[in-house]
Amino acid sequence: MKHAASPMALQAENLSVSLGQGRRLHPVLNHVDVAIHAGRWTSIVGPNGAGKSTLLRALAGLLPLQVGHVQLLGKDLATWSSRARAQTLAWLAQGGASDMGADDLLVRDVAMLGRLPHQGWLSPPSPKDLAVVEAALKKTHAWPWRDRPFGALSGGERQRVLLARLLAVQAEVLLMDEPLANLDPPHQADWIALVRDQVAEGGTVVSVLHEISMALLADDLIVMREGQVLYAGPAHQPEAHEAISAVFDHRLRIHSLGDRWVALPQ
Amino acid sequence: MQRTTWLAYGLFGAAAMLALLGLGVGSLGLEPIWVMLADPVAAQIVWDIRAPRTLGAWAAGALLGLAGAVAQGLFRNPLADPFLLGSASGASLAVALSLAALGVSPFAATWVIRLGLTGAAFVGAVAAVLLTLTLARGVQHTFRLLLAGVVVGMVLGALTSMVTIMVPEVLQAMQAFMLGSTGFVGWSAWSIMAVVGALCLVAAISLSKVLDGLSLGESTAQSLGLPLLPLRAALVAVIALATGTAVAQTGLIAFVGLAAPHLVRAVVKTTYSRLVGLSSLMGGLLLLSADLLARGLIAPQEIPVGVLTAILGGGYLLWLMHRRSS
Repeated sequence: MKHAASPMALQAENLSVSLGQGRRLHPVLNHVDVAIHAGRWTSIVGPNGAGKSTLLRALAGLLPLQVGHVQLLGKDLATWSSRARAQTLAWLAQGGASDMGADDLLVRDVAMLGRLPHQGWLSPPSPKDLAVVEAALKKTHAWPWRDRPFGALSGGERQRVLLARLLAVQAEVLLMDEPLANLDPPHQADWIALVRDQVAEGGTVVSVLHEISMALLADDLIVMREGQVLYAGPAHQPEAHEAISAVFDHRLRIHSLGDRWVALPQ
Repeated sequence: MQRTTWLAYGLFGAAAMLALLGLGVGSLGLEPIWVMLADPVAAQIVWDIRAPRTLGAWAAGALLGLAGAVAQGLFRNPLADPFLLGSASGASLAVALSLAALGVSPFAATWVIRLGLTGAAFVGAVAAVLLTLTLARGVQHTFRLLLAGVVVGMVLGALTSMVTIMVPEVLQAMQAFMLGSTGFVGWSAWSIMAVVGALCLVAAISLSKVLDGLSLGESTAQSLGLPLLPLRAALVAVIALATGTAVAQTGLIAFVGLAAPHLVRAVVKTTYSRLVGLSSLMGGLLLLSADLLARGLIAPQEIPVGVLTAILGGGYLLWLMHRRSS
């Protein structure tokens, strides 16, 4: 089976993360072990406060780890240079579309930020950078607004520009925190197609999703509750579905619909 | 591309024209510059007083505009002001203290003392920024930095008030500084501002990719491989140096640093590599025109230029608020 044979893109061992300060320091991840297979799409699901985003940030190397370590492509994340890491692993922030910081940049300038890990310190965008940004914006159907200010777009449109920014990195491993936020159903379907393309080309995708039915389309699932991993493995296994049902207090049931699965509240 | 280039030429051209006009404006009102240059005494006035003052207003405005653009990018807040890190209050306190210690009467404020006060203001500005950084425990938390800047500003402002109450003689001299004035800028002050301005501009442009990256949030910037800690420290240094230098030569001039980047963004949307330069040109033009008005409006009397920028800047902000809410 491809699953068992594929190498690891990301591997976290005995990961513990506490957030907050002083007396309000509280553990968010509790001795978590996860392995993300290369060339596959893994979705992380769980109720609010389960530690999904924190796990994703830890995997992206954006958090100081109290205990444990993370390996990217078999090499300890801490030993990667920040530039090499940024070329290999790209991370999409949660709720980035509601952030006002980039409102005064043009759409193409926002997407061009994805090329930062490839650019020289003072050098202007190369022809390759321009071509990659154009392709990325076209992939998320954001190319027609390339000359509009980012702040003039709707939430869903902004999310698509941020996705293009992520794709423009051309990283082998993509981590996305709630990438479907603000996207309408057709563009959610486009996102699924985009992820499948990415995986077909050998890339690795990890997404935190609240849309359980979308998450069930992934190759692998990580089901979390209270800072711990309840299930990690192929998404089509009955155990995966049971774990999802359990972490949502059995208020969700998974039904089969043709060749796919859907989660419905009960 | 074309629009930013045109804006740059426009701002530069307008500043050059206003500067020529500025050479002709004095306590006697407006006189054509060519008439004045024909008279040796008048030419001396133009060369020794009006020229450095006019160019000084432009340079100080450019420093403030540059610091404003960098501060707004660094703090990811379009209302961030270069004075936020406490530099202005630090400079005022240093000036108040040196006036009190030297026992200076405002009438004895000769050039030599003025130069000393300039140095004190600069040291005060830089010290206040360092204090803010210490309180914020470094530059890694923008919000803490902002909060520490406000605290330092308040406390140092209170200390300045205390000094002026304990030594009331300094009050009048302090006033000139607090209100902001370009009247004391000579060639030496102008050269300091020009050199520091050029250095800060080069530094800001070379750090502009960090400001662009930060616009998507600190974590995203970090995920893009930007070493944030040293780069943010460098950006804070640029803000401190630019504001400290401008404040030291011209006192507290409000709103130029805040308004200049806004005005640029109202015309063009562009990345920070261009914004910092355009914002400097805009700041220079703003302060140059404010200085002209300050000298010309009620000549032979002079309005402190800081008062004028505060009124104009306040009006502009009100208009901005109105436009955003409507």
